[in-house]
Amino acid sequence: MKQANDYTRIERTARRRETARKSVTYFLLSLWALIVLFPFYWMVLSSLKSPGAYNSERSPVFFTASPTLENYGTAFTGVPLSRYFTNTLIFTLATVAVMLIVIILAAYAFSRLEFRGKNALFSFFLAMMMIPNELVVTTNFVTITSWNMRNTFWGLILPSVTSIFYIYLLKENFEQVPDELYKAAKVDGTSDLKYLFTVLLPICRPTVVTVVILKIIECWNSYVWPRLITDEQAYFLVSNGIQELRENGFGRENIPAMMAAVVVVSAPLIVLFLLFRGKIMEGVSRGGTKG
Amino acid sequence: MDYGNNRKAWLYLLPALAFLLVFMVYPLVDVCIYAVEERFNFASQTYTGIGLYNFSYVLHDPFFLQAVKNTFILVLITVPLSTGLALLISVGLSSIERLQRLYQTVFFLPYVTNTLAVGLVFMILFKPTEYSPGLVNTLLAAFGVSPVDFIEGPYWAKMLVMCLYTVWVVMPFKILILTSALASVNRDYYNAARVDGSSKWRIFTRITLPMISPTVFYLIITGFIGAFKAYSDEVAIFGTNLNESGMNTIVGYVYDMLYGNSGGYPSFASAAALILFMIVFTVTVINLTVSRTSD
Repeated sequence: MKQANDYTRIERTARRRETARKSVTYFLLSLWALIVLFPFYWMVLSSLKSPGAYNSERSPVFFTASPTLENYGTAFTGVPLSRYFTNTLIFTLATVAVMLIVIILAAYAFSRLEFRGKNALFSFFLAMMMIPNELVVTTNFVTITSWNMRNTFWGLILPSVTSIFYIYLLKENFEQVPDELYKAAKVDGTSDLKYLFTVLLPICRPTVVTVVILKIIECWNSYVWPRLITDEQAYFLVSNGIQELRENGFGRENIPAMMAAVVVVSAPLIVLFLLFRGKIMEGVSRGGTKG
Repeated sequence: MDYGNNRKAWLYLLPALAFLLVFMVYPLVDVCIYAVEERFNFASQTYTGIGLYNFSYVLHDPFFLQAVKNTFILVLITVPLSTGLALLISVGLSSIERLQRLYQTVFFLPYVTNTLAVGLVFMILFKPTEYSPGLVNTLLAAFGVSPVDFIEGPYWAKMLVMCLYTVWVVMPFKILILTSALASVNRDYYNAARVDGSSKWRIFTRITLPMISPTVFYLIITGFIGAFKAYSDEVAIFGTNLNESGMNTIVGYVYDMLYGNSGGYPSFASAAALILFMIVFTVTVINLTVSRTSD
């Protein structure tokens, strides 16, 4: 009888300890979640406060009883925000489109075609992956300037259309497709180009989609190169627009309107993320950087 | 070998090769040339001689030294802090079942946000408004801390904001990578250890850590490289004139030399970029050596 009592007691303390451990874990995870989410909450909240109410706060207010959308109006009329948006959209789509052509062709050559010096060339490509952007930016700036491409879309797009890492990812994926398919296509007299676009790409679509999404994120957030290459507002991307607005626009006195602009700029990527959560996280863990 | 196939392959590679040659290989050679051309004049494209003057100028420039100091402080604080914190969070994350996906999604959010945009949110969290000392100062006041101007105030306060924002930005990547590393540890090891009656802490230090140590080293190496290249996060919080606020980084110095109010000196920019590359290269080699000897 006593033994049974001991047993239940031991089991109970073990269970209690387990519950305590779980609670602490959940508490700490929630704490970090709060730290991650709070800036987003504050951004949306501030964008809904009227500028007068925001500026006259004696201490920060954590919610607003009278949300207003007037800041969103100011954000779009005070600066050419919709222009920045269109620019970023054009820049992103064009970069992704040109990049796809470049990397798909290169990946196909490396994975399916035989040519002299293939391995040496591929090693050379991989070595180039280690070159940081900062090292080549000076000359690229001079090159683009001498081609009179400052304040043009081509100037923005051209230096960022090759990504060796994505060539590598695609090549790996292309190589997983069985040789038999290629041989069968060759017997049928299908050209390489046709085989690539009608057989290989549809099979490898998941990788292509991952690459596209990662590149979209990269383009949407790019700041440094666009800043170097554009000084006319007509060619600003959202990042540059936000920075300009903060330093010379209404951002200095009208924080709520600035936050409205920030919400508008951040929203597309967050929506994209919620739609393609799995793909993005998988893609980043295979080949993301930043961190 | 089939000659036609040979030519076709080069045709397929042509676009990638052309872009690579123009925007990577040629610049690599060119940056070294710029760096040794003394007193290069952008307008007339002339220079007075070949030598190491540019390097000596950069290394004696107080703005550069400030940038180096800032970058090193940032690296030395944020890399260990974010890696350790990410490890803690990932272990917690992989020990729970319910809500795991939700937490994962939330933790990943900073990765997909525009750093410039969210940096502004961080700025207003720390910045005083017209009649209030700002949110963070108000919270700190509850603990009896007197208000500090985190954006335009003392150096350590600005550095603190910079480090906090950097950690916030780099965490998603680290958590993601560590969580998948933890998930790939073979369950059998844990079960065996549990049968032996090992404590949780012992299981963690003797099984989990050794199993994921290659991932941790990978994160430390990429973390160092990333932090050494910090720039746009600083712009987001302190504005483009980083020299004035004393918060410039090495990359920021390179861009300032190239363009902007203090710009027009590609030679100095190139020399600074090469110095940065050498620092990053050295640190990476040291990291790799350490990770190899500890295996």
